Amino acid sequence: MAADALCRLTLRAAADGLRAGQFTSVDLTQALLDRIQALDARVGAYLTVTADRALAQAQAADQRRAAGQDGPLLGLPLAIKDVLTTQGVPTTCASRMLEGFVPPYDATAVARLNAAGAVMLGKTNMDEFAMGSSNEHSAVKPVRNPWNLAKAPGGSSGGSAAAVAADECLAALGSDTGGSVRQPAALCGCVGLKPTYGRISRYGLIAFASSLDQIGVLTKDVPDAALLLHVLAGRDPRDSTSANVPVPDYPAGLDRGVDGLRVGVAPQYFGAGLHPDVERCVRQAIDALQTAGAVQRPVSLPHTKYALPVYYVIAPSEASANLARYNGVKYGRSDPQATDVDEMMSRVRAQGFGSEVKRRIMLGTYALSSGYYDAYYLKAQQVRTLIKNDFETAFQDVDIIAAPTAPAPAFDLGAKLDDPVAMYRSDVMTLPASLAGLPCLSIPCGFVDDLPVGLQLIAPPFAERRLLQAARAYERARGTLAAPVRQVDVP
Amino acid sequence: MTSAAPGFRVVIGLEAHVQLKTRSKMFCACPADYANAEPNTRVCPVCLGMPGVLPVINRRAVDLTILTGLVLDCRIPEHAKFDRKNYAYPDLMKWYQISQYDLPLCVNGHLDVTIDGSADRVRIRRVHLEEDTAKLTHVTASDGAPASLIDVNRSGAPLMEVVTEPDIKTPAQAAAFGEQLRGLLRWIGVSTANMDEGALRIDANVSVWPADHPVGAAKVEIKNMNSFRALSRALAYEIERQTELRRRGGALVQETRGWDEASGTTLVQRTKEEAHDYRYFPEPDLPPLHVTRARVDQLRAQLPRMPDDVAADLTSQGAPSADVAELLHDRALTDYAQAVIQAGADVPAAVTWIVHDLRRVLNARGLAADAIPIPPPELAALLQLRANGSVSSTMAADVLDEMFATGKPAAAIVHARGPQISAADQLLAIARQVIQENPQAVSDYHAGKQRALQYLMGQVMRLTRGKANPGAVSALIEQELGGTG
Repeated sequence: MAADALCRLTLRAAADGLRAGQFTSVDLTQALLDRIQALDARVGAYLTVTADRALAQAQAADQRRAAGQDGPLLGLPLAIKDVLTTQGVPTTCASRMLEGFVPPYDATAVARLNAAGAVMLGKTNMDEFAMGSSNEHSAVKPVRNPWNLAKAPGGSSGGSAAAVAADECLAALGSDTGGSVRQPAALCGCVGLKPTYGRISRYGLIAFASSLDQIGVLTKDVPDAALLLHVLAGRDPRDSTSANVPVPDYPAGLDRGVDGLRVGVAPQYFGAGLHPDVERCVRQAIDALQTAGAVQRPVSLPHTKYALPVYYVIAPSEASANLARYNGVKYGRSDPQATDVDEMMSRVRAQGFGSEVKRRIMLGTYALSSGYYDAYYLKAQQVRTLIKNDFETAFQDVDIIAAPTAPAPAFDLGAKLDDPVAMYRSDVMTLPASLAGLPCLSIPCGFVDDLPVGLQLIAPPFAERRLLQAARAYERARGTLAAPVRQVDVP
Repeated sequence: MTSAAPGFRVVIGLEAHVQLKTRSKMFCACPADYANAEPNTRVCPVCLGMPGVLPVINRRAVDLTILTGLVLDCRIPEHAKFDRKNYAYPDLMKWYQISQYDLPLCVNGHLDVTIDGSADRVRIRRVHLEEDTAKLTHVTASDGAPASLIDVNRSGAPLMEVVTEPDIKTPAQAAAFGEQLRGLLRWIGVSTANMDEGALRIDANVSVWPADHPVGAAKVEIKNMNSFRALSRALAYEIERQTELRRRGGALVQETRGWDEASGTTLVQRTKEEAHDYRYFPEPDLPPLHVTRARVDQLRAQLPRMPDDVAADLTSQGAPSADVAELLHDRALTDYAQAVIQAGADVPAAVTWIVHDLRRVLNARGLAADAIPIPPPELAALLQLRANGSVSSTMAADVLDEMFATGKPAAAIVHARGPQISAADQLLAIARQVIQENPQAVSDYHAGKQRALQYLMGQVMRLTRGKANPGAVSALIEQELGGTG
């Protein structure tokens, strides 16, 4: 098989090829490493490419297979967002603050991938500490959207989404705090799944906002997302917030269909600010689900409009504590020139954090301050409960909710960099489900101006199976989208 | 200085930090006992506060806190939670401490503090659980520059905080509270409560007010007191300082002061302007604690009988109250004594003998009371031999030593040593030899000093390796010396 064809494979197709002996994991890994070498200077999806390690893992996987072993991901090359700790491999969150940090421990999610036999190609670019919606807040370099290199890939998992979209890996891990898997998946044209809060262990996921952070996957299709989720999900004694809920066999019964499935459509997701062509694509997708047997039902989520302000109080508040530990004493950036400890700490933080990270630390510190706590943090938590209640009420009448993932297709790099609130608004569709801790995903549902558009599906807690079945039903109904030429493929 | 000057009122509240005796740290699997460990060897990514790691609650630490709450008659609310207390200091690995803010594990208790037989109730506001910080040591580096060394071993050790209401009125009362609290903590086994090791650290809040003036909010927090004596001295100094300030018409300034043992004064550490805004918020990495009735009941059932009850028991059965008080300082020794009594020993004899003779052997061998190798029935058997006159007191002590050394039962040791010497002809020769060799004691005896008789008897016992019958020896010596006494 030609190298480029190998790179385009889904996880399942690649696994089939490995099992049939059509190619080896080393062939597959080398093809992807070559493609990264050829393309990534233009895309910027990777911060670290672990070529030697990847080839060694591939070789080990091939040997295991030759010895008659198999595993759900044996020999399959993946990319990992640089927010997940990887033992012995630099982990920086795309921040100057963590320059040179090599963790002595794997994130539980990474350990589970390793145990399943996966090959790690490298660590992907992101907005610094996962704070951003365009990946322009990477302290290292921006990521470019593979469909149009002048456009942003979305964020904060922009590197992972771009790597999947540009066939620089078969699939990738990301993290989603307010939409950081789904929004870049929509903007880059891949599937992005954020499971229920607590479904995947957060141990080793470098914290941005602990009550919202959740590991997600970016894949080329829905069955691949189910396959990865099945490997990653489950209780972890090292994460007290990981759920003790049985893990169903997600890949099994994926093609069950949507006969009789009640799909909720809320007017709050189709209001002002939604690009009309995006709306058209999303409504066509919902119609396609109906044609496949689902039933459309109107629902109301009246507190949706508060999600943005609520999120921008809670997430920065938690971040202000989570990021306090970066003071230059124990790991990462330090400043040996400083004459005393206070000077060292303030210089390290002044130089080590980017402007968006500083903005959020300031916002959060303010919101938690004595005298402001009740008005900001406490109030935001109360409204968060109302948002959660909206969904609970809606899910009494419907099985799943359908909405756009992002209000518009990918925007120009630099377009929103000077207007933080405009940038924050690109997450307006994804924030409510994050605040409610619900499983949700984005799946490509069309192109507008030659750029991908995403359909977002949201399910009740731990109903990932239903979510994936519905998404798969849509994926089959949709068929292969008539896609324009990716700019990244044009030399 | 023990009470407020005339015309003034003293208000004291205490905050006691207690390191809990758990195997592992508060939120990770590292050993909590770092006492003899090289610096930075009892650490892991969690207690180092490395990126991405998460805390897991030590269930045992929660139980020990609830046990403490129960002996302080606290209410144990069904719902508790952990919060983040944010402050920036190099001894704090995450730059926030996981603590408990508005929903502590225990609330509204009390401890009755007894001084000279009269008890005053000190209300306990709360008992909560948190993690300890790393330890900073300030040194001078080889180039002469000041440097700070960080030992992270202590970081994440489970730390319980007992907070009183401002019910304490004198330094003596504060010290007595501390001593009683330490006794309770040791009694129920939640902490070594050794102040010199930092396992018990007490901070005091103190303010002095004109008696005709309502008590206000301003107060001075004193830290760095490493003994009850220091606590008492620091409070006395601070009360005097504040009283003087009031006399001059000055207003009390809220601040934190440190006790300086060398100068015997308190020095300003932090003023109100420098006070932290801790920006507490619920710890999102930990689910809220749900403390069930069943769990509290189960813990309550684990509590030992409290010292006051045990003391009443023992003294009512004739044990000297001074010995009982001594015994009750050591929970393990008390448990042992009760087991010996359970095995049939006479109560006063057992208590006195354990407090004096047994403890002497323990001290000599450097053993703690929970490491006594002799089964309680064996000790009861020895006491029985002593009670029926089969062995003398001196010999009993010897036998005890041998029991420690060989692990043999008392009866076997006594048997191997041969029978007690009561025969007058054998003893008389020895008694005469002793009298001849100790003229000073003899003249003391004639001068009426009873102790001289004890001394001479002791010499006979030494020469007979304790086998002489004490009654017979005493009678013989008195007879030989002409029986004045």
